[in-house]
Amino acid sequence: MIAAATSMTALGLGLGLLLGIAARRFHVETPPVVDEIEAVLPGTNCGACGFPGCRGLAEALAEGAAPVSACTPGGCEVALQLAGIVDAGGGASDLAIGAMAETEALVAFIFEDHCTGCGKCFKRCPTDAIVGAAKQIHTVVMDACIGCDACIEVCPTEAIVTRSKPRTLSNWYWDKPPAGFGQIPEARTGGAA
Amino acid sequence: MTLRSLATLLRPSQVFTLRGGVHPETRKHLTCDAEVVDMPVPPLLRVPLQQHSGAVAEPLVARDDLVLKGQLIGRARGAMSANIHAPTSGRVIAVGHYTAPHPSGLPVPTITIRADGEDRWGEHLPRLRPEIADPDEIAAQIERAGIVGLGGAAFPAAVKLNQRKKYPLDTLLLNGAECEPYLTCDDRLMRENAEELVDGAGIMARALGVERIIIAIESNKPEAIAALRRHRMALGVALSVAVVPSQYPMGSAKHLVLAVTGKEAPARARTAELGVLVYNVGTAHAVHLAVRYGEPLISRIITVSGGAIARPANVRVRIGTPVSDVIAFCGGIEGSADRVLLGGPMMGLPIQNLRVPVVKGTCGILALSPAETRPRDPMPCIRCGSCVQACPCGLTPFDLNARIQSGDLEGAVKIGLMDCIACGSCAYACPSSIPLVQGFDFAKGKRAERQSRKHQAEEAKRLAAARLAREAAIAEAKRAMMARRKAEMAARKQAEAGDGAAAAAPAAAPRSPAPGAELQP
Repeated sequence: MIAAATSMTALGLGLGLLLGIAARRFHVETPPVVDEIEAVLPGTNCGACGFPGCRGLAEALAEGAAPVSACTPGGCEVALQLAGIVDAGGGASDLAIGAMAETEALVAFIFEDHCTGCGKCFKRCPTDAIVGAAKQIHTVVMDACIGCDACIEVCPTEAIVTRSKPRTLSNWYWDKPPAGFGQIPEARTGGAA
Repeated sequence: MTLRSLATLLRPSQVFTLRGGVHPETRKHLTCDAEVVDMPVPPLLRVPLQQHSGAVAEPLVARDDLVLKGQLIGRARGAMSANIHAPTSGRVIAVGHYTAPHPSGLPVPTITIRADGEDRWGEHLPRLRPEIADPDEIAAQIERAGIVGLGGAAFPAAVKLNQRKKYPLDTLLLNGAECEPYLTCDDRLMRENAEELVDGAGIMARALGVERIIIAIESNKPEAIAALRRHRMALGVALSVAVVPSQYPMGSAKHLVLAVTGKEAPARARTAELGVLVYNVGTAHAVHLAVRYGEPLISRIITVSGGAIARPANVRVRIGTPVSDVIAFCGGIEGSADRVLLGGPMMGLPIQNLRVPVVKGTCGILALSPAETRPRDPMPCIRCGSCVQACPCGLTPFDLNARIQSGDLEGAVKIGLMDCIACGSCAYACPSSIPLVQGFDFAKGKRAERQSRKHQAEEAKRLAAARLAREAAIAEAKRAMMARRKAEMAARKQAEAGDGAAAAAPAAAPRSPAPGAELQP
């Protein structure tokens, strides 16, 4: 009994020490820019970008392996901020951000006729924006939905689609009036907005 | 102590001039001599549940319910909201959505009532004796009656009244400026119902605990000035009439306070901080009806005017009356209307669908003929500075516009976008017909949207963190449960081993970690 306990303890301590030394010795410095990028990203780990969570995308961005427009739920705002951090110069990213500026905020919408109440979407949603009990129709809390598509991928009946966020009297506003004669219409300055 | 305030001390009745502003042709002659006529109750009334700034009221009736005139059909929800009452007796035929009286044409929750033609009153609100009533009671009565500011913004009157608890107030300023061209509904109200209006002002002054009431009227309404000058006191509170120059936008609360008291409200501050609370004259009349007679706000006076209206008039209509019915009552549209506006021509809202209802904040219906709208193509900005001279808020509209057009919203905010009151003086004054104020409206909306998105992103972050924390807590709880079970099992086994074979070597008993190893992920 005592022999077993001692040997196990010794083994544990020895391995622990080894691990500790290894961690010190083979420590890989994460560039601080990764943390900076991660702070800008939505932080919901929704997976819409195709990387393992926001941290994964932050690392990819720092390496230059992902475009600044990768985060679709973050939209144009996030893309512009990211472009400010990673300095992904070049016309391609400008174009990508320009295309994002036109997109509207998206939210998930559940067709109630098709919903079986399986609860898969509900478990997958990174912001708890879907409510509903098992075998009951589920619905989306629009204010909490970030439009990340995670629920759409898991829905077995394809009952979920993304739609542009509906306009209400409180968030409606006038269209941009046309620029005056002689001015260049649709002149966008990337980082200014 | 500035020169200006010194001047106030020397000449207390002095009226201060505004910086900027414009002098559009008033065209009030179309209706200013038309006495207010009561419009008969239309067969169908659509009463939106959001006629005020703030939250949508909660419907209290269902389809097929019978309602009586003055019955509460929508209850205020939250701190910023207002009650909605049935404008006539009849049957509720729908509680659903209907096009809002708004340029967007978006649907808004609406109660549709088919009038039974009897116009039968239900229960009135309990009447109050304002001479002896408590300020809180008066405020509660105003809240019960669903009164909102009748000048156009439809801010819940009771909410405004409660600012008395936050700021030391000394003056109640009634806004009878009516600076928008065409509109004469306040003018007619002041001429025809001066006594009731003054009583309403007195009630409000008592509720606020202020020692003076000033009614500000533009100099182009001599009859209204004469009618109100006959009154010196309102319920024991001194009342005076201040004649202000006829100039647009004199009716803006901040500018009116500046013109009357010489005190300028700081940027984005309320006039209450200067000790002055501003109400429209129509609101005072509504307060009179609510407190003295227990009548909720179910009708209002509107001016129906414009070159395309056959018989321009001032009409008292029930809330919920379709705009098309009101126009038909005034002889319909003559020739072609280039556009139909709710409100005045400077700040009014164009509507596409004429079947939308009149709401509490509708002060006019204008059908403008093509000759009156002067749609012109914008020309390049020539840097003439007309807009700068016209801006009553001291902004530089041409610069704001340039920044907004190039997408630099934050830059526009830096030079005062949020101080813009959207009066439209700049666009009116612009010789190049550049849609300046339209651009500012867009920019304010866009900025609000961006801010709400930013707020939402932060909320999403918080929700995601909460979810992660919850999942971690669940996993932790599972692990703890597993460990406990394992310990229990081990204890049981040990006990069994101890009981069954005390003689056998206990060290050989396999204290197997097997169940744990199987279950732990």
